[in-house]
Amino acid sequence: MSDHPSTYTPATGIEKWLDARLPIVRLAYDSFIDYPTPKNLNYWWTFGGILSLCLGVQIITGIILAMHYTANADLAFDSVERIMRDVNYGWLIRYVHANGASMFFFAVYIHMFRGLYYGSYKAPREVLWLLGCIIYFLMIATAFMGYVLPWGQMSYYGAVVITNLIGAIPIVGPSILTWLQGGFAVDNPTLNRFFSLHYLLPFVIAGVVVLHVWALHVTGQNNPTGVEIKSKEDTLPFTPYATVKDGLAMIFFLIVFSIFVFYAPDAMGHADNYVKANPLQTPSHIVPEWYMLPFYAILRAVPDKLIGVLLMFAAIAVIFALPWLDTSKVKSMRYRPVMRWFFVLFVLTCIGLGWCGGQLPTDMVFSLTNDKHGNPIGLSVVLLSQILAFYYFAFFLLIMPWIGLKEDPLPVPASISEAVLASHNKKKG
Amino acid sequence: MSAFMTKTLKIVAGLTVAFTLTVGTQALANSGGAKEPEDHGFTFEGPFGTFDQAQLQRGYKVYREVCSACHGMHLMSFRNLGQKGGPFYDPKYKNPNDNPIVKQIASEFEVTDIDPDTGDDIQRKATTSDRFPSPFRNEEAAKASNSGAVPPDLSVITKARAGGANYVASLLAGYQDAPAGLKIGDTQHYNPYVHGSLATQWTGDPHHVPQGGVLAMPPPLVADKVTYDDGTKATLKQEAADVAAFLEWASDPHATERKQMGFAVIAFLLVLAGLTYAAYRQVWRGKH
Repeated sequence: MSDHPSTYTPATGIEKWLDARLPIVRLAYDSFIDYPTPKNLNYWWTFGGILSLCLGVQIITGIILAMHYTANADLAFDSVERIMRDVNYGWLIRYVHANGASMFFFAVYIHMFRGLYYGSYKAPREVLWLLGCIIYFLMIATAFMGYVLPWGQMSYYGAVVITNLIGAIPIVGPSILTWLQGGFAVDNPTLNRFFSLHYLLPFVIAGVVVLHVWALHVTGQNNPTGVEIKSKEDTLPFTPYATVKDGLAMIFFLIVFSIFVFYAPDAMGHADNYVKANPLQTPSHIVPEWYMLPFYAILRAVPDKLIGVLLMFAAIAVIFALPWLDTSKVKSMRYRPVMRWFFVLFVLTCIGLGWCGGQLPTDMVFSLTNDKHGNPIGLSVVLLSQILAFYYFAFFLLIMPWIGLKEDPLPVPASISEAVLASHNKKKG
Repeated sequence: MSAFMTKTLKIVAGLTVAFTLTVGTQALANSGGAKEPEDHGFTFEGPFGTFDQAQLQRGYKVYREVCSACHGMHLMSFRNLGQKGGPFYDPKYKNPNDNPIVKQIASEFEVTDIDPDTGDDIQRKATTSDRFPSPFRNEEAAKASNSGAVPPDLSVITKARAGGANYVASLLAGYQDAPAGLKIGDTQHYNPYVHGSLATQWTGDPHHVPQGGVLAMPPPLVADKVTYDDGTKATLKQEAADVAAFLEWASDPHATERKQMGFAVIAFLLVLAGLTYAAYRQVWRGKH
């Protein structure tokens, strides 16, 4: 925290010399050793550390893959297969990178839902939240471009579908589309620029992560009670307390990660992406990676392409606006008996949208009967997507402001240490 | 407002979950227009599964004598056949290029090359480092010989088809006569395992469109199409399963190594988790 004075004392001559010139050891000490963390952080708070691990894994495996990958529409697919077959442990590096993207998004979604539940976006952490949203947006862009690089069927048609969204913009859309694709269709120039940007953006993400951590260390961490740190009693130093807890969570995360990499490496991919891109043969069912399915469902929920595109981007934009949409005086939903249940519905909605995104829009969720032409009558995927998309936006734009004003929150503990004591006494009975 | 709203919301959330579970299972049951592939109980299935080398050898024979007439495997080199885990791996020859069986197989093929002295196109004997030669010079030639359809390359075929080796084996042994009422083109062949919709070709009851689809490949295998060197009886199912196993190995040649490494990695992480947990308990004692 900014008002926490530095306790670093350089012990050796060289540390004193360096500290007077560039206090980088002091910065590290204050940030990761002495930094006071709320003593009541639960395991949902370990995902910040897990995410930095994910970013590191993606960057290291990515740099190695780039040494063997060829960004050319004729050669890309085979160069990836060469990595899988002939490069020493190439299969391991590629499977870690490909599944690492899924693990990264899995962790970021938990991190975001945690922030949402405990009100971590509320004053004074608005900038912290905004920086996180920027990271998330950059992650989506990076992951999308990375998925294009193996130049399989899903890579190619995913790129076609997503770049064509820009073409829906009136008047200037088609020109921008040609400019983005580097031609009149997705082709070699598109692949080359996607590779260039896919290599660049992770370092931009790393830069924003530095800002995110900086902002975090200015305001201090939120905690499950949502009550700010009041005294030294409320905190423990980052090392060893948070490091050992984060470390333990990282190991469990890596075990899940390993199960995917070693035993189900293609479970989160699509079989069609092992078929080389063929611009003349459209796959019967184009789907993005699982972590983008909720947005894909919102896109397809409306018949009008432009409105669909706008709603999809609005679904991300609305997350940025969250700090100013929540009117509640209480941060943590632990003390918000009504909002808590709207939150549960919101999580279910996101999962439901994800499911819808993976189906054909004309598919039926269930059908009650058939009309006289033999067409099923019931709940179609597109109708369910519309209902869920409505709730998605209503949650942010109507429920957040309204419930915050109307709700009677439960009594909030006076301090973190009081809350910890209370839960202790409860456990003892 | 709290008590009433909370109760209502709890009910709504509960209903949503119940709805998802009931509808989800129903939707899953309805999915798919193709017959579910048969489970062949392959030796490579499961976390400890490994390839059966004799089966890979039989499968290679089926590929070479039947499939390779139309299907290339352009990612495969002859040396791959003798690498660790491959059909002709021999621990005596760590370098597969020294393996006499692999050398023998390669020498039975001719590949196109350029004469280094004259620059003319020549045919020469293949070496272990050469790729499997393609059956057609180019895509146009492939189309011309196969009534317009290009036979897909088989290098990663079991990864490129949902259902993997079980799907490939089921399809190869699963050709049937088209059900009465299904209009089939001259170059089409009905197969219940193929993904696709037959609604437009079906003249019968629209509620009972037959499962499966059509494909351009005529049934490639019959019983005793190949004679196995190890004396295994070459039934249709045996041939289909053997070639599917070979193609699975070709698609994922490092699968065994991957699973073995995974076991070691996860065992290490579990031990590390145990130690870290002990450290965590020690550090946090009295601080909770």
